[in-house]
Amino acid sequence: MGRIDRRGFLKLAGATTLAGAVGAPYVARAQAAPKVVIVGGGFGGASAAKALRRWAPSIQVTLVEAKRSFVTCPYSNLVLAGWRTMEQITFGYDGLAKAGVTMAHDTATAIDAAGKTVSLAGGQSLAYDRLIVSPGIDIKWGAISGYDEAAAQKMPHAWLPGEQTVLLRKQLEAMPDGGVVMMAIPANPFRCPPGPYERISMIAAYLKQAKPKSKLIALDAKDAFSKKPLFEDGWKKLYGDMVEWVALSKDGQVSKVDPAAMTLETQLGTVHKAAVANVICPHYAGRIARDGGLADGSGWCPIDARTFESKLIKDIHVIGDATIAAPAPKSGFVANSMGKVAAAAAIDMLAGREPSAKTWVNTCYSHIAKDYAISVAGVFSADANGAVVEIKDSGGVSPREAADEFRRQEAIYADSWYDSITKDTWA
Amino acid sequence: MRKSAILAGLVLAMPFAASAQSVTPTQVMAATCAGCHGSELTGAGGVPSLRGQQKDYLERTLNDFKSGQRPATVMNRLAKGYSPEQIAELAQYLAGLK
Repeated sequence: MGRIDRRGFLKLAGATTLAGAVGAPYVARAQAAPKVVIVGGGFGGASAAKALRRWAPSIQVTLVEAKRSFVTCPYSNLVLAGWRTMEQITFGYDGLAKAGVTMAHDTATAIDAAGKTVSLAGGQSLAYDRLIVSPGIDIKWGAISGYDEAAAQKMPHAWLPGEQTVLLRKQLEAMPDGGVVMMAIPANPFRCPPGPYERISMIAAYLKQAKPKSKLIALDAKDAFSKKPLFEDGWKKLYGDMVEWVALSKDGQVSKVDPAAMTLETQLGTVHKAAVANVICPHYAGRIARDGGLADGSGWCPIDARTFESKLIKDIHVIGDATIAAPAPKSGFVANSMGKVAAAAAIDMLAGREPSAKTWVNTCYSHIAKDYAISVAGVFSADANGAVVEIKDSGGVSPREAADEFRRQEAIYADSWYDSITKDTWA
Repeated sequence: MRKSAILAGLVLAMPFAASAQSVTPTQVMAATCAGCHGSELTGAGGVPSLRGQQKDYLERTLNDFKSGQRPATVMNRLAKGYSPEQIAELAQYLAGLK
């Protein structure tokens, strides 16, 4: 057949059908009910699955997700504070099944881009017309010397929520009053840019109430971070000397840990002893994306932001934290938005149409105390080269000068936001 | 009976391109409002419903958020990301939801 892409092939097939050839019904049926496989049932994958079923009910959508329920990273810091239970941040997949999505609770082991199939650990092979990969992140073990899976049992990262969140909470509960909690925070890019700083706030809120003689020292591999002035104002006002944040330029980068000694060592050799250590180790795109050839040398996945199709492999979209999408942050809300844009693009591409440009949003809340929250928002689109662009003069963070009532209002909106975004994704 | 069988056959054979409409940029814009306003845009907790409102009211409100004339916590920042044309289309779309 020579070099001919799929779209050209379908056109040829269509022309043959018009000419009255036999054997056309198979092609016709394939066109009538295309197959989309989605790998990953987090904010991105579940949102894409629901959007496809809503907008093009004739598409057969299969969602591959090993877990039976999903624990959200958003609000997992509130579990550390003791304000939420794990059950309250855990969601099942009944809503997706009800929306007509076929659930495959299995692990995707390989992608065959040429044959257009995904292999599952259970031995099944799923054929797709288009694939959407929403793999989340994996911890890059060893990126901090001495930090491996065993070390994470003593010094939890708690950046993939679940057992790690529970472990960190238990360690905080068991710590004697007067103990020092150490945190290691990675350089950009990483999942949830304001997340480590909300975590500082939530741990401090717990310590202030339960262990007021304790201290929290956060060692950061950066000099600046998301919503920095707002967090620093909040910490000073609410937690005083309890919180100490150490910038990269003040020897904040952790290069080595010793879980047996419970020490963290910085780049310049300063050794910090911890009673509890939360090591947010650098991470990269989830394994299936890296093994599937969807990530570049950075460990993250380049995409065309008009469609979220991979720049490396055609007919495969990548969404969520695994993508290279700055200035859009790696957030659950962004992943949910990307799922909708990718679904709309996939429908057009399956129909052989050129997808139009879309505009989409991010809204993220961070708590500093129970009735004190701040937000970041952004409106995004794609430029002619397929790069993500933030609409000029839009978005940004909560105002620095704001009354307590404003912060309280944002804490109320944060709860509504969490309720809406999780229901929109899984219910 | 025979007629419905023929109809079913036609639906099955209908090419995807003919049966699936393009999702418009306005639909996607409205779908991303759902992250706070709820999947059906009926509101959640302190976040108001976007359904059952007049087009003029929605358009005016969004433009007032954009200009800063109407104070808000997050909507001023978001409305600034939309052109007056996008706001008009979004208002039209939302007002048309059943």
